[in-house]
Amino acid sequence: MAPHAGGLTPAEIDPETGAAGPVGSVGPAGPAVRVRNLHRSFNRAGGVLNGLDLDIAPGEFVALIGRSGSGKSTLLRALAGLDRDVRGHGQIQVPDAVSVVFQDSRLLPWKRVLDNVVFGLRAADAKQRGRQALAEVGLAGKERAWPTELSGGQQQRAALARSLVHQPQLLLADEPFGALDALTRIKMHALLRRLCEVHRPAVLLVTHDVDEAIMLADRVILLDDGVVGTDLRTDLRTDLRTDVEGRPQADPAELEQRRTELRHVLLEALGATGEHLGSDFIAPGKRRAS
Amino acid sequence: MSIQSALTLGPARGRGRGDVPADAGPVETGAAERSDEDRRVVRRRLGPGRRLRGAFWIGPALLLAAWSLGSVTGLISPAILTAPWDVLAAGRTQWTEHDLLDDITASLRRSGLGLALGVAAGTVLAIASGLSRTGESLIDGPIQIKRSIPTLALIPLFIAWFGIGEEMKIVTIGLISMIPIYVNTHNALRSIDGKYAELAETLDVSRARFIRHVVLPGALPGFLLGLRFAVTSALLGLVVVEQYNATNGVGHMMALAENYGQTDVIVVGLVLYGVFGFLADTGVRLVERKVLGWRRTLEG
Ligand SMILES: Nc1ncnc2c1ncn2[C@@H]1O[C@H](COP(=O)(O)OP(=O)(O)OP(=O)(O)O)[C@@H](O)[C@H]1O
Ligand SMILES: [Mg+2]
Repeated sequence: MAPHAGGLTPAEIDPETGAAGPVGSVGPAGPAVRVRNLHRSFNRAGGVLNGLDLDIAPGEFVALIGRSGSGKSTLLRALAGLDRDVRGHGQIQVPDAVSVVFQDSRLLPWKRVLDNVVFGLRAADAKQRGRQALAEVGLAGKERAWPTELSGGQQQRAALARSLVHQPQLLLADEPFGALDALTRIKMHALLRRLCEVHRPAVLLVTHDVDEAIMLADRVILLDDGVVGTDLRTDLRTDLRTDVEGRPQADPAELEQRRTELRHVLLEALGATGEHLGSDFIAPGKRRAS
Repeated sequence: MSIQSALTLGPARGRGRGDVPADAGPVETGAAERSDEDRRVVRRRLGPGRRLRGAFWIGPALLLAAWSLGSVTGLISPAILTAPWDVLAAGRTQWTEHDLLDDITASLRRSGLGLALGVAAGTVLAIASGLSRTGESLIDGPIQIKRSIPTLALIPLFIAWFGIGEEMKIVTIGLISMIPIYVNTHNALRSIDGKYAELAETLDVSRARFIRHVVLPGALPGFLLGLRFAVTSALLGLVVVEQYNATNGVGHMMALAENYGQTDVIVVGLVLYGVFGFLADTGVRLVERKVLGWRRTLEG
């Protein structure tokens, strides 16, 4: 099973600091991602990740939330194999095919959009697959454009196409929609959901936005004190909700209530008090009691 | 200024940053609004703006005009600087009687070979020292040491090593032009945003592909700047090495002219150097414009 690519930057591994341990891969039967007792710290004072455990099933869409500075990016970079200079230990297993979507689109400015999408793709039909991926994200016809000629949302869609063209078993995304306006974000959410349903990678999506997490993910986890603090199944996928006879069942009011409930639990876990949430806030527990 | 007035005012008024003057009458409506006249609010341009056609030639042409005018009016006496037409005549004599073409091809060949050597060596060394810490510790120091020793002072040593023939001349020109290529390419390479290397790592690309698709294009602006310096350095080296036991070349022609006191022939040589340098630089800049088309800079 392939380890991550060796360093391409001038930085060389310092044996003293005990850089990140080897990254293995998992077999077809087990979970897509398996993290055990993961520790990472940037200085001697305190760890960012303190013995974190996490499993992600194949095809599962997980949203990772947490306060700013809680270590979300640190965890994601560990899974992406990009933390070779960070002190720490623990076991990480990820699939062979991992794609990363960064907060900035990270398109090479000197390559046209199609060449960016197929960069690093070793296949005879690379261009063909690149064109197809661009069409999937709604960028057909932009193959020959320079990245600077695309709008912010289009650049991010091109980056999404680049990550999908590799047919990843695991898609890691660090606030990929952070810089987009509300409307473009909503469109990107729908696009990402649709693409994930087609390609079925396991997804770990870092976000600041509780609503985004609830809307997109099958499962929301909250990083707190360097471990997974809260771990919730959203249970909102209408195609998975069935009544006793197995018919799909989606009562909009019930879904909405579930959403509100999740939102309150997560916001509370994030440390937002009733004051922050506005006067209509009723803790889920209290609601049930009344 | 409100959006309303910005939209309806003509371009001349709309451009102003101040308020609408009190006496600005009501803006005419109706016909003007329906016409497809282009009215827009345009900011004062701070960059150089759009490209002029043939702009490269304007400066040199003006210089030539000033030189001719000075010679015609007698402001520039022939004792100070030969008139352009006399230089042309001297050039024609050199061409027919002393095989000027051979001198030119010999000089271009020397500087071309030397430049090619320097560019290749400078680029390879810059990549080796830019991408590997070991390479850097081995290469960067000696290059800095070499930089502080004037190459021209090394010529006696090169004569001892390579003899007094063509080899010594090409090696000297190569060494002189290698330095600016190395320094500028290395600097540009190290300035490439680290996030692109990170991206390449996540895409699992090989080192060779990384160099070809990320490092070289990313360092290209610096490399081309280095090339412009290197071209000038190669010509500088040419002037000097052609003083040593050359039987042809523009420098050789000038050395002879110096012995016989032929100022006009010396100016022929100077003009040739100027033309070589200008054409080479223009060539590099045209290449620059072609291959750096992706940039959104003031160069435009
Ligand atoms: N390269 C680094 N050097 C030193 N400290 C770092 C480095 N990167 C992150 N940290 C520290 O590690 C902690 C976690 O950072 P991380 O980037 O993982 O947070 P995050 O949860 O992604 O935050 P945000 O939501 O703001 O992106 C922070 O306290 C940060 O200061
Ligand atoms: Mg972060």
